[in-house]
Amino acid sequence: MRSFVPDFDLVSATALEHATDLLSDGWRPIAGGTDLMVLFNAGKLPYRKLVSLRRIEELLDITVRPDEVSIGAAVTYTRIRQHAVLQREFPALCLAASWTGSIANQNRGTLAGNIVNASPAADSAPVLLAYDAEVELVSARAARRIPYREFHLGYKEMQLRHDELLHSIHLSRANEKWRHYARKVGTRRAQAISKISFIGLVQMSGDTIDNVRLAAGSVAPVPLRCYRTEESLRGERISSTVIHRAAATISSEVQPITDIRSTIEYRRTVMANLLADFLKSLR
Amino acid sequence: MGECAVRFTVNGEPRTVVTHPMKRLLDVLREDLNLTGTKEGCGEGECGACAVILNNELVNSCLVPALEASDATICTVEGLATDGELHRLQREFIKAGAAQCGICTPGMLMAGVHLLSRCPNPTLDEIREGLSGNLCRCTGYMRIFEAVQNAAWQSE
Repeated sequence: MRSFVPDFDLVSATALEHATDLLSDGWRPIAGGTDLMVLFNAGKLPYRKLVSLRRIEELLDITVRPDEVSIGAAVTYTRIRQHAVLQREFPALCLAASWTGSIANQNRGTLAGNIVNASPAADSAPVLLAYDAEVELVSARAARRIPYREFHLGYKEMQLRHDELLHSIHLSRANEKWRHYARKVGTRRAQAISKISFIGLVQMSGDTIDNVRLAAGSVAPVPLRCYRTEESLRGERISSTVIHRAAATISSEVQPITDIRSTIEYRRTVMANLLADFLKSLR
Repeated sequence: MGECAVRFTVNGEPRTVVTHPMKRLLDVLREDLNLTGTKEGCGEGECGACAVILNNELVNSCLVPALEASDATICTVEGLATDGELHRLQREFIKAGAAQCGICTPGMLMAGVHLLSRCPNPTLDEIREGLSGNLCRCTGYMRIFEAVQNAAWQSE
């Protein structure tokens, strides 16, 4: 059943302090609304008092510094897709942004919102894991910055206190020299939520892997960085044996479930195939 | 919770509505302003039937709270025709037979107009992507793509 509209309140904050003060009083943040409004329309939104972040100037910026790029909490997917530095240095993020929802939803939806919605199927989450992103969390009392890999604690559980706001996402520009591979597997190219998504970054010397980062979505209760498989590949030369062994490793490292979108067996098999496809592309 | 006054421009006219801030823009358009051309399909941002152009961006109006439309410039399907003349994309929809039951048509038109405003001469792939957030259960899409393509050629 639909929500009863007069039960809900929404204010639009124009300063960060205004928003964080309201969060301290029990209000909850809303940015693009592409997740929260769906819950609201279905009568399932658990909060009654919402503060919009869309008019807080400092959250609307993509800031490029010599050492990092920072994406504010109210930056939409469309702006990420169009940003020249992100396109050049973090192409997998722009690609994942293009996978996320439709154009209309990319015009509203935000990367920060996608993170705090904490779906294991979020397409941008594996990309942020692979890029070793950091997230900045701000409350009326304090600010802290933590590696994104520590952010998700379990299914829909996060290192985010009720009075805290995910203020921005930081990407280190030392990522420049990686080679990229990213794939989404879903029922339909546009808009469908992923059955599985995968990103691989690699640095090679000839046909030897110097360094590799692998991450996947929809294969565990949280977006998953595949450290064990990464470790098994470091220093290896690409060969059929190595590819075969790594595919077996990653298919045991992921912990998928059967749900409305896919099955355990399918996800394990496709995970192995995506890694194999990535490694073969390096030969 | 209380109501608030929300001011915006719809189809070129300044309007003020007194409404609850969380009322969906879709419902404000249909119920408060009697602009019933914008349709409700899924109510969860998947189908695009409620798409309108807000500050030059395509949005699903079922996901936009009324307060978020403050000071915005909004264009709905009713705003496409000017001086009794249909927009060229509307004319091409008629010629190509791109509408059957019609419920997706307003959203398709808004997505098509938004695409042509950014990409005046789109490839078939760009048209597919531009309209990928709009579901049609009747036409099989081909005639809709054709209409957008024909409207693009006219603008050259």
